[in-house]
Amino acid sequence: MAENILEVKDLVKHYPLTQGVLFKKQVGAVKAVDGISFELKKGETLGIVGESGCGKSTLAKVLMNLERATSGQVLFKGEDISQLSGGALKAVRRNIQMVFQDPYTSLNPRMTVGDIIGEPFEIHPEVAPKGDRRKAVQDLLDVVGLNPEYINRYPHQFSGGQRQRIGIARGLALKPEIIICDEPVSALDVSVQAQVINLLEQLQGEFGLSYMFIAHDLSIVRHISDRVGVMYLGKMVEIGSDEQIYDNATHPYTQALLSAVPVPDPTARESRERIILSGDIPSPANPPSGCRFRTRCWKAQERCSEEIPLLAIPTTLEGPAAHESACHFPEVRESAAA
Amino acid sequence: MTTVIENDSQKSGRLEVGTPLLEVKDLHVEFHTRDGVAKAVNGVNYSVAAGETLAVLGESGSGKSVTAQTIMGILDMPPGKVTQGEILYRGQDMLKMSNEERRKIRGRKIAMIFQDALSALNPVLSVGYQLGEMFRVHQGVSKAEAKAKAIELMDRVRIPAAKERVNDYPHQFSGGMRQRIMIAMALSLQPDLIIADEPTTALDVTVQAQVMDLLAELQAEYNMGLILITHDLGVVADVADKIAVMYAGRIVETAPVHELYANPAHPYTKGLLRSIPRLDQKGQELYAIKGLPPNLLKVPAGCAFNPRCDVATDLCRTEIPALHHVTDKDGKELTGRRSACHLWKETLHG
Repeated sequence: MAENILEVKDLVKHYPLTQGVLFKKQVGAVKAVDGISFELKKGETLGIVGESGCGKSTLAKVLMNLERATSGQVLFKGEDISQLSGGALKAVRRNIQMVFQDPYTSLNPRMTVGDIIGEPFEIHPEVAPKGDRRKAVQDLLDVVGLNPEYINRYPHQFSGGQRQRIGIARGLALKPEIIICDEPVSALDVSVQAQVINLLEQLQGEFGLSYMFIAHDLSIVRHISDRVGVMYLGKMVEIGSDEQIYDNATHPYTQALLSAVPVPDPTARESRERIILSGDIPSPANPPSGCRFRTRCWKAQERCSEEIPLLAIPTTLEGPAAHESACHFPEVRESAAA
Repeated sequence: MTTVIENDSQKSGRLEVGTPLLEVKDLHVEFHTRDGVAKAVNGVNYSVAAGETLAVLGESGSGKSVTAQTIMGILDMPPGKVTQGEILYRGQDMLKMSNEERRKIRGRKIAMIFQDALSALNPVLSVGYQLGEMFRVHQGVSKAEAKAKAIELMDRVRIPAAKERVNDYPHQFSGGMRQRIMIAMALSLQPDLIIADEPTTALDVTVQAQVMDLLAELQAEYNMGLILITHDLGVVADVADKIAVMYAGRIVETAPVHELYANPAHPYTKGLLRSIPRLDQKGQELYAIKGLPPNLLKVPAGCAFNPRCDVATDLCRTEIPALHHVTDKDGKELTGRRSACHLWKETLHG
């Protein structure tokens, strides 16, 4: 088994809610990420899925240290990076880069493509000496499938898919080991999504990258990921290999999420069993006691409101169903696979 | 197909089964921009009958939303301009009607659900006021009565505690609830036809399933026609009866839903179906349609899809393909199926 390149231990990010103008008094907290642990192995792709408000983007920001963790550890090759600052943080960030969701707002419209992709070299001059930069940028453009002659163009001269390629080239510039992709294709047209996904997979093979792939589209996550983690309201509710999650989900939320995904096959319309959840995701400022999913769960019992289920391998299950799941009553649903 | 509808059916408000409620015929819409004329819609034909769901599938810039806005009469003109075509609602051409007549149809007979409920609702008015507005304006009821009807509607689309929430503002609702309010608003005057422009794109999958179910249920209950505009092949497979696929302002393929997915007759449809990852299948490399959707200011000559097509020939580069009737291997015409490809035979049977 490959070594862990990133290890997250009991990570917490709370945003304080305050009252009063002069004397700010904390009256509560938005528990965006509330005790998450997982590891990322070298060369693998970990998919993170969940609905809006589940904390998946906050998780990405905390891993990048764009937001400081309230508590918990983020170990990069065994070293805790969650509390680093200044030069030490800068050095670590070279190895962890990010590709953002919206290629329309994540590229500065006043900078040329060359300047955008070359900017990481300004911050880390040791990677490419000044004289070589233009060449390095052109190589990167070539790697992501853009014409190297476009180096002096501006972002508005490119389509959405091409802009996302520019964002990926910028992420690759410092030869990082980990790339965190936050919804990298959700703003793109269907016919262009496949191009970008294929590019990401090809680059992973070429440079031995580890990806954390955050998305809400479960089909794309299955396609690209080796392992998948499912988040709900700041907690990881289930994590396992793609087969374990997609064909042998044991957490009711994962089962509901999978059953709700529309399958592009009209013959499946009648045969498919769908679980329609009632209600909306509760507020992370005031999450339900015990299991956070219990307010929308059809299996919820008294125990679920009293005791927080831990993310662990259920002892009652075996085979592919035996993977980490945070439910008091885990079981594989018959015909759960859509 | 007859375009004149008997007066009887018009009075009773009921149509014979299979008579189209709305027919779009050879519609052309242009936008005059500083850089030239963008032909957003280039001869679109489709029809929808009562109780039927037509899905219009296409990527950004394919003209699917512009067609819908033209039907509703909410297209900004200028810069938009309808240069040709007819939009027949129960046999009457809406493009020839006065503004006054169109207003009577808009909302009352044909209603629209927009993609982004947060920007479609007015943030400074309560949802109860906005729902009640429909009744006050169109039916002239009192304020109190309008509010009572608003509560009734909110119950209808299953918004919990409607009575307490009727005075809340749009930002106090979640995305799924806001979309329900949009649906309630569209349903308020019991229209014949609903146009839903990407109604669930902004929603999470579990909420999307709730909203689509609600929409389908209400459609069946009131026997409404539904035009569903989307780019999501999954949603289409779940709800549509027939599909029109658009590319660069033209319809490239129409077919009943099962046949389109099983056996596409246009290379673009074929490519789209192959390029989406499937939840129930884990493949290797995804098939990707090469290139980019065209710029509407300079659409390629011939078939607009030819630079991205794997099978394009010289004919495709010079001549715009007509929307051919499609036949099976024995030469029997397939009902409802058409393809705008010179090589539809090879695509369908090859």
